[in-house]
Amino acid sequence: MFERKTFSRAAALAAIAGLAAVAPAKAEDTVKIGLILPMTGGQASTGKQIENAIKLYMQQKGDTVAGKKVEIILKDDGAVPDKTKTAAQELIVNDKVNFIAGFGVTPAALAAAPLATQAKIPEVVMAAGTSIITERSPYIVRTSFTLAQSSTIIGDWAVKNGIKKVATLTSDYAPGNDALNFFKEHFVAGGGEVVEEVKTPLANPDFAPFLQRMKDAKPDAIFVFVPAGQGGNFMKQYAERGLDKAGIKVIGPGDVTDDDLLNNMGDAVLGTVTAHLYSAAHPSQLNKDFVAAYKKAYGNRPGFMAVSGYDGIHLIYEALKKTNGDTDGTKLVEAMKGQKWESPRGPIAIDPETRDIVQNIYIRKVEKVDGELYNVEFATFEAVKDLGKTKK
Amino acid sequence: MTSILTNLFDGVAYGMLLFVLACGLAVTLGLMNFVNLAHGAFAMAGGYVCMVLVNRMGWPFFAALPLAFVSSAAIGIALERTLYRHLYARSHLDQVLFTIGLTFMSVAAVDYIQGSSRVFINLPAALQGQFDLFGVGIGRYRLMIIVICGLLTIALQMVLAKTRFGSRLRAAVDDPRAASGLGINVPQVFAFTFAFGCGLAGLGGALSAEILGLDPYFPLKFMIYFLIVVTVGGSSSITGPFLASLLLGIGDVAGKYYVPKMGPFVIYTMMIVILIWRPNGLFGRTAAR
Repeated sequence: MFERKTFSRAAALAAIAGLAAVAPAKAEDTVKIGLILPMTGGQASTGKQIENAIKLYMQQKGDTVAGKKVEIILKDDGAVPDKTKTAAQELIVNDKVNFIAGFGVTPAALAAAPLATQAKIPEVVMAAGTSIITERSPYIVRTSFTLAQSSTIIGDWAVKNGIKKVATLTSDYAPGNDALNFFKEHFVAGGGEVVEEVKTPLANPDFAPFLQRMKDAKPDAIFVFVPAGQGGNFMKQYAERGLDKAGIKVIGPGDVTDDDLLNNMGDAVLGTVTAHLYSAAHPSQLNKDFVAAYKKAYGNRPGFMAVSGYDGIHLIYEALKKTNGDTDGTKLVEAMKGQKWESPRGPIAIDPETRDIVQNIYIRKVEKVDGELYNVEFATFEAVKDLGKTKK
Repeated sequence: MTSILTNLFDGVAYGMLLFVLACGLAVTLGLMNFVNLAHGAFAMAGGYVCMVLVNRMGWPFFAALPLAFVSSAAIGIALERTLYRHLYARSHLDQVLFTIGLTFMSVAAVDYIQGSSRVFINLPAALQGQFDLFGVGIGRYRLMIIVICGLLTIALQMVLAKTRFGSRLRAAVDDPRAASGLGINVPQVFAFTFAFGCGLAGLGGALSAEILGLDPYFPLKFMIYFLIVVTVGGSSSITGPFLASLLLGIGDVAGKYYVPKMGPFVIYTMMIVILIWRPNGLFGRTAAR
C-alpha cells in the first residue's frame, strides 16, 4: 500500500518534470515578474501605488523588452510575512518567475530573501525601508529608500538651521526605531539636544496625551515618524492642541507628509519640514510628465511608493536590455549593479557594492501651490548612500 | 497643575467617546444577551456616511451627525430583521462566528467602495483649535464631544428609568416569556433597542473620525476597546459602561502622559485589576441569566 503510494507520487513528479521540460519552449520568449504587494489591509495604499506605477510604465514603454514579452503576476500578501513567503514560493516553483518584486514592509522583504537566494533570482524591493534588507541576500536590489537616508539628513539639516532642542515622537516598530536612532545620532553629534523621547504604540488611537507631553517639554521642533496613514491624525491633533501657535515645528522623514495623503491633512501641515526622496512637486520636466500621466490614469497624485515602483520596473527593463534578454538571475543582478538613470525623483543609481539605492535627499517644506498642499523642495543633499549599513 | 487639568479634560472627552461607541454593545450584550462583534461596523458606517455628506455633498457637520445616527440605525434594523433575529436563540459561539464574519465583510465592502486610506471629515472652523480657560487648554472639538455625549447619557438614563418604553425593555430583558404574556411585543422592543444601539455607534463613529481616525479597519481595530468597556463596566445597566468608559479614558490619557513607556498597557492593566476584584465588572449582576 505504502509502496504503491510512493510510486504514484513518483510518477506524478515525473509527469510534472516532463511538463516542465516541455514548458521552456514557450517560456523562452516571456519574462515573468512575480509582484508581491499588500493589496488589502492597512498597507494597501502602498500596494496600489506600486501596481499603478508599474502598469503606467508598461503602457508607456510597451510590454516587450530585449525581444521578450513581460508578464506581471500579482499576488496579495496583505503585508503578512507568512503570506509573502507562500506567495514567493508559489511564484518561483509553479509560475517559474524570473524576478520577484514589490514587498510593502520590511518583514515581507526579509521573508522572501532566502527564497531569492535559493532560486537565484533577483528580488527587487520597491517599498520596504530598513537598512538590513539588502544584506540578507546577494540577490536583493532596492529601488525605494532606506530610513537612514532621510533621517540622518534631517538631523544634519536641523542642527544647522537653528533647531537646538527636539522632542521625538516615533512609532514603536522597526522603521520607527531606525528613524529615531539615525536622527538622534546625527542630531546629537551636531550639537543638538533631545529633550523628550516618546514611542507610540503602532495601533495608537489618540495622540492627545503624547502631544500634551511634547507641548509641555517646549522644544524647538518635534521629530515625527509614524506609518503612512497616521500622519494626518497626528497633524490634525498637533494643530488642535495649538503646538503650531506655540512655535513648535514639525520635522521628520517624509513619510509623515506622504503625497498620497498630504492634500487632505488641512492647513495645519503648512510649514512642516521633511527630508525625503520624492515630492510630486519635484520641478523636473520628467516628473511633471510622470505626475500628469499618473493623475490622468488614476485620478490622484503619485507618492514616493509609486515612484519606487516606477523605478523598480525600469531597473528590471534595463537589466534585461543589458543581458540581451538572458534571464539568468545572477547575470541580471550583475546587470543591475551600477545602473544610473534619471528618475521622476531626480538622478538615482544602484550602488554596485550594496545593491541599494543611491539618490538625492531633498529638504522640503509644505506649501500651498495652486490651492493644493505640496512638499516644495528647497535644499538638496546629493547622491546619498545608505548610511545605515557600513557601521555594522 | 494646568497640564493635569488638560489631561483630565482630554481623558473625559476620550472616555465619553468610548461610551457612545460602546454603549450600544452594552445594550445588545447585556440586555439582549447577544454577542455582537460587528458593533464597530455600524460605527464605521456612521462615520463614512457623515464623511460623504460633509466632504462630498457639502452638508454642514452638525446636520450630518443626526444622519449618521439615522443611517446606522436603519442598517441596524434591516440586518436585525433579516439576519440577527435568527441567531438570538443560538449559542454564543454561533453568534461570534456570524458577527465576526459580518465584520470582515463590512471591512472589505468599505475598502472596495471608499478605498483603504484614512479619511477625515472637514470640520467647521468653530470646532478647530483650543482655547484657554484659566490657563487650561480646552480643545473645542473635545468640548463638543463632552457636551453631546453628556446630554445623550442623561437622556438614555431617563428613557430607561422613567419612560414606558424603558420599563417594557427592562421587563422584556428580565423575563421575555412573562413580558410577552403581559402583552409586550418582545421582538419589536428588541429590534428597536438594537437599532438605537447601532445608531449610537454610528454617531460615535462620526464623532471619532477626528480623534481615532476612520478607515475600513475601524471595526477590527477598536473592537477590543468596546469589549473592554463592556467587560469592565458590567453589562446590566447604562451607568456601568459609562463609568468604565470615563475611568478607562482618563486612565489611558494619564498613563500615556505620565509614563509614556508603559502607556499602552495602562488600559489593559486596569481591566485585569478590575476584573480580578470584580469578575462581573464594576456594576455587573452576580447571577447570570
